[in-house]
Amino acid sequence: MPHKLVPQPKLIFEKSSPGRVGCNLPVADTPEVDLKKALGPTRQSLHLPEVSELELIRHFTNLSHINYGIETGFYPLGSCTMKYNPKINERTAMIPGFTHIHPMQPADTVPGALEVLAQVQEFLCEICGFDSICLQPLAGAHGELTCLMLIRAYHESRGEGATRRVVLAPDSAHGTNPASAAMVGYTVKTIPTDASGGCDMAALTTALDETVAAFMVTNPSTLGLFETQIEEICRLVHEAGGQVFCDGANMNAMVGTTRPGDHGFDCMHLNLHKTFSTPHGGGGPGCGAIGLKAHLEPFQPVPVVIRNKEGKVELDDRRPHSIGRVSAYFGQFLMEVRALTYLSAYGKERMADISRHAVLNANYVKARLKDVLPAAHDRPCMHECVLTAQEYKKGGVRALDISKRLIDYGFHPPTNYFPLIVPEAIMIEPTETECKETLDAFCDALIAICEEARTNPDLLHDAPTTQIVGRLDEASAVKNLDVRWRAPQKVGV
Amino acid sequence: MLDTIGVETIDDLFVEIPDSLKFKGELNLPSALNEYQLYLKMALLARQNLDATKADWYLGAGLYDRYIPASVAAVISRGEFLTSYTPYQPELSQGYLQTIYEFQSMIAELYGMDVANASMYDGSTSMAEAAIMASGVTGRHKIVISEAVHPHYRQVLDTYCWANGLHVEVIRHNNGATTDFSTVDDQAACVIVGYPNFFGVIEDLDAARTAARKAGALFIVAADPTAMALLKPPGEFDADIVVGEGQPLGVAMGYGGPLVGLFACKQEYVRRIPGRIVGRTHDAQGRSGFVMTLRTREQDIRREKATSNICTNEALMALATTVYMIALGKNGLQSVATSTVRNTQYAREKLSSAGGKIKFPGNVFGEFVLELPKPADEVQRRLIDQNIMAGLPLGPYYKGLDHCLLVAVTEVRTKDQIDRYAAALAEVLK
Repeated sequence: MPHKLVPQPKLIFEKSSPGRVGCNLPVADTPEVDLKKALGPTRQSLHLPEVSELELIRHFTNLSHINYGIETGFYPLGSCTMKYNPKINERTAMIPGFTHIHPMQPADTVPGALEVLAQVQEFLCEICGFDSICLQPLAGAHGELTCLMLIRAYHESRGEGATRRVVLAPDSAHGTNPASAAMVGYTVKTIPTDASGGCDMAALTTALDETVAAFMVTNPSTLGLFETQIEEICRLVHEAGGQVFCDGANMNAMVGTTRPGDHGFDCMHLNLHKTFSTPHGGGGPGCGAIGLKAHLEPFQPVPVVIRNKEGKVELDDRRPHSIGRVSAYFGQFLMEVRALTYLSAYGKERMADISRHAVLNANYVKARLKDVLPAAHDRPCMHECVLTAQEYKKGGVRALDISKRLIDYGFHPPTNYFPLIVPEAIMIEPTETECKETLDAFCDALIAICEEARTNPDLLHDAPTTQIVGRLDEASAVKNLDVRWRAPQKVGV
Repeated sequence: MLDTIGVETIDDLFVEIPDSLKFKGELNLPSALNEYQLYLKMALLARQNLDATKADWYLGAGLYDRYIPASVAAVISRGEFLTSYTPYQPELSQGYLQTIYEFQSMIAELYGMDVANASMYDGSTSMAEAAIMASGVTGRHKIVISEAVHPHYRQVLDTYCWANGLHVEVIRHNNGATTDFSTVDDQAACVIVGYPNFFGVIEDLDAARTAARKAGALFIVAADPTAMALLKPPGEFDADIVVGEGQPLGVAMGYGGPLVGLFACKQEYVRRIPGRIVGRTHDAQGRSGFVMTLRTREQDIRREKATSNICTNEALMALATTVYMIALGKNGLQSVATSTVRNTQYAREKLSSAGGKIKFPGNVFGEFVLELPKPADEVQRRLIDQNIMAGLPLGPYYKGLDHCLLVAVTEVRTKDQIDRYAAALAEVLK
């Protein structure tokens, strides 16, 4: 039986009234022209909404009220580092000297912009322990892709491009790892995780041969655990002629405490929108810097931003071995402005506080929940903890149900069912910016929900009931695909 | 907190990190700054840049100095949008999901296409992903692209194609237009042209489409969204995929980032689209709502078999363009495009009577190539001294165009400014 659709917030198209404009725009004072003569074929119709500025602002204000951000409440989404984004970063990123400059204007007319890029690079080199940083990739996955391209260019330069066609990734890896490898033409082989949550060294040793181009390692792993064998892993992969890439999604656990470059990694990507507090924006812009050891530097994307001996920042595009551009300009510049503001606020004195407080908060949540949601591995966690809701499954309650019930308690759910190797995974990353009271309220809610799971599981199955919609029918969304509004057909037009 | 955990110090939580890997000593970084110092530091850096509020701006080449209504910043600064994650929990994300649905609807409308995705990183990566998608659809490995597409986009395409084992063939421009389609053969996965192209010239899309159809290749158009307010949209030329840079629709130039890639295609290819798509559905009580859909194309589910590795996209910038398109509406966007055409035509006349020459004969939108009796970079330098950012010298990008300047004239320029440019140019060319 088809569902009867109940009216929800109207689409902006349904609020449109012909002739309205929501902005007093500049109009040319130059002579009028005959458009058809100037342009050639012109369009017949254009169905865009026509509303006043007030209608527009109300539309989005009301939509914002049915959207949850970090500024709404606690957002413990594992692997996503939903830390507070300080307002000063937004303010500096709106200065016209940054917003109104063009990436193709002469470099010597934008020394301040080049200085921003150079300083971000210098901060990140020091924090991550690499020889150089490239800011051109536009998101984390784009950074991964770029690193793999560099690794391929490196192998090709050594005459091993044709033979090294395999990329190894652990079974706990983010989905972007194998997807990025595939975009560079690599075949992906999976390395299992051992019982303690570390890399299965026997399996790795077996997999390592002359066909391996790289091993993609997330450290700390997606289990929230530090990979204690990392030095040995890097040594083995290097002995076999491969490169080791660090997925830096979890860098928040390491800032100021330990440096991936010192672990033996050849390259890494960073998510500045996670670790260095540029806002997630509802799914972007990301900001995917990459760190490189010296042997990969010749291959990095052009132009390279370098500080010369006199301290002046320059653009260098005379790089014969470069893989070329991976994006049109210099990366997410206004995000780099925010990141530099953030990095400058911490400086050398406070930088390590980031990882220390992030790790403290995660271990606190893990400890408070240990009786209701045990950790998948009983080891000290890093910046996030992966718990399992397996014991509720026999009563018909899944991890997803627990998460959806959290919404009714006013919290954003943690990550579910990831990493794939933990049954009924609940992955919680509190970040360092939350206070003890918030963590306690969240843990109290989860403890109460776990009790409900035993006594009244339907409360969980029916959740959430407090939002504008309940659980949505995703199968129907695919089957009856509706991905755009269309203007009603008018006869005779 | 430490008591609850059962340790004595925070250091005890890091016991698993081998001692040899712990960072000891002091990071070689500047000292921490307070909020006042932070603003001062950044403001001083910003002050060193010559920005479009200090000079009359004619540098476009894919990113344009257009007016952005105040409502755009007001909406995208709202914390509920700014600080949310990708809408994996639709019950808490209906606001954002609806804006993305509205974005997809307007981009599809603007390009005259069936469907659009929720955004890509930028115009260049959007175009590269379109080429990879065309290869997937056709099973062919040759990408044919016009030389009159943005040179940086072509460089990004080269990088992506090298990585994906695809081969790129470039069609040389003929007097600023793309006319020779002889390399579009049965090996070609697609042919890509700009609309308008990098020189501002409005290409003959009928000719490109005919060549693509004859060869069984996909027809891909890289189109400027503002021009779409007036030009016959690519969809009406039967384009298979349309990509573009969304920056002109309410996003700051921002030294080239963040931008927003636009991606639209025919319905028949919807299951091959890279990136996210939002669809409308309902809950158990029949209430209408939005979710991310066709998720089995994506990397977190399909892993190495995904249509792309893209995860985070440019949601906030897509929201900015959504607000922009709504603030302007049909009349506003057509007014911006019309003012652009008027200013461009006027500048063409004035600058050519000031000693420049219109290099290419075709119709243009918003931008044109001016040939000068002196090297263009030298002229650009001289005009910067008078706070005129005269355009882009084309020498570094195209052989033989050392004396050519690509001049963009948007709706915000005035007759007086253009007259000043013409007078200054005449003086420099004396």
